Amino acid sequence: MIGVENLRIRFGDVEAVRGISFAVAKGESFGIVGESGSGKSTVLRAIAGLNRNWEGRILFDGEPMAPQRPRSFFRRVQMVFQDPYGSLHPRQTVDRQLAEPLMIHGIDGIDTRIVRALDEAGLAARLRFRYPHQLSGGQRQRVAIARALIADPEVLLLDEPTSALDVSIQAEILNLLADLQRARRLTYLLVSHNLAVVTHLCPLIGVMQAGEMVERLTVEALRAGHITHPHTAQLRRLALELEEV
Amino acid sequence: MQLEIEDLHIGFPGPRGFAPAVRGVSFAMGAEKLGIVGESGSGKSLTARAILRLTPPNAVLRAKRLRFDDIDVLSASPRALGAIRGRRAGLILQDPKFALNPVMTAGEQVAEPLRLHKGLSRRAARAAAVEMLAQVRINDPAAVAHRYPHELSGGMGQRVMIAMMLAGDPELLIADEATSALDATVQAEILRLIEDLVSRRGMGLILISHDLPLVSHFCDRVLVMYAGRVVEAVPAAELRKSRHPYTQGLLLCPPSLMRPRARLPVLARQPDWAEVA
Repeated sequence: MIGVENLRIRFGDVEAVRGISFAVAKGESFGIVGESGSGKSTVLRAIAGLNRNWEGRILFDGEPMAPQRPRSFFRRVQMVFQDPYGSLHPRQTVDRQLAEPLMIHGIDGIDTRIVRALDEAGLAARLRFRYPHQLSGGQRQRVAIARALIADPEVLLLDEPTSALDVSIQAEILNLLADLQRARRLTYLLVSHNLAVVTHLCPLIGVMQAGEMVERLTVEALRAGHITHPHTAQLRRLALELEEV
Repeated sequence: MQLEIEDLHIGFPGPRGFAPAVRGVSFAMGAEKLGIVGESGSGKSLTARAILRLTPPNAVLRAKRLRFDDIDVLSASPRALGAIRGRRAGLILQDPKFALNPVMTAGEQVAEPLRLHKGLSRRAARAAAVEMLAQVRINDPAAVAHRYPHELSGGMGQRVMIAMMLAGDPELLIADEATSALDATVQAEILRLIEDLVSRRGMGLILISHDLPLVSHFCDRVLVMYAGRVVEAVPAAELRKSRHPYTQGLLLCPPSLMRPRARLPVLARQPDWAEVA
């Protein structure tokens, strides 16, 4: 569904992504884990078409993508960001924000779709005409997810979708993402610094460090400690330390 | 150092009436490592800031007792408060980018409390500041002393913050989400550094975080806050035996690398958790 081949991204003199490759099959989830500055979000933004300055190949459904994406691409691929407060329009109601992607893509039945999207994202119907500041952090992230899904995309790009949330709310959002993936056969590409979060949703993982994907492995291999790169081992050890309370 | 808090209330006047944020918190501590854990809005940061009376100007504070040794914090004069803030108690905040002065070098910022609180000369303070930077395990402290905050990484900035706070030889260190913005590898290093310095100097530590496993790893005792109240106080070693369903929920909610679950348990919040027992 998504393929990345020898992707390189440069900001001035700094090479943020240094020739990485991976592929995500339809209906699969691939997780990229790494620390700040490892280049993980930069990869996601290039795939989303938010950064047109890259070299290498990005394939979608087997087709190489040009840096400038056609509108039809955004109907099929959507992104959810870390901070729903920053990604939602502060002066638009939930209703307005959910209607916008439908209007852009010329999709009919706006009213029924909004009602269904709210329900699917676990949001009460009474929240439809609220503004973002009237919602809790978890509710805002549910709105961002509802908005990403309202035009029926096939792929969700998730950039630290639960990092700004309390752990109890994180659990709710992770459950929601798992349910939605099953119900809609979505393809996920998830980026996070939290190894446990990534392994919860993704059976396949790529570990990034300093712009390189230093290791790709299955969750089973990671759990069993079948690891080749020291950075993967270090991230695993730190995650385990906090689990042994 | 003995800190005593009894029945602390903090609230804010608002358009829809008085909004209580901390509702009757009591605890006492000496030279120990105390964790305060809770979700956003639970009142954990406000409680810690009340100790230094660094709550927002519109906050209304009252308590039966809020004492830092023999100082009554609520009635203390600005001068008496000045003796606590930065001298007897240091506060480390989440983001060194905002907490450090952007137009002062790291060395000047560490030297400032040395001159202010210890009366060192400019020159002696500068030399002592480099020594402090070495103590928080900064490689090449003399070079780092000349750098400005924007030239420091997150972990390095946080080390400078810690050096600054330790410069006044405090008896109590308050770390409010001090490592939440840092990468896991750096976070562990900084917490080990804090733990080590606190133990060696015989200081008290209040570690405030939303991360219960992390806090219990580094503290002797943990207070769990919910909706402005302490719902449970547990020795860190006995966290798994905690009784309150909220504490249990916080432990069970996060996904686990080694114990995968198809669905994560979510908190079924009960109205009585917020009620005063």
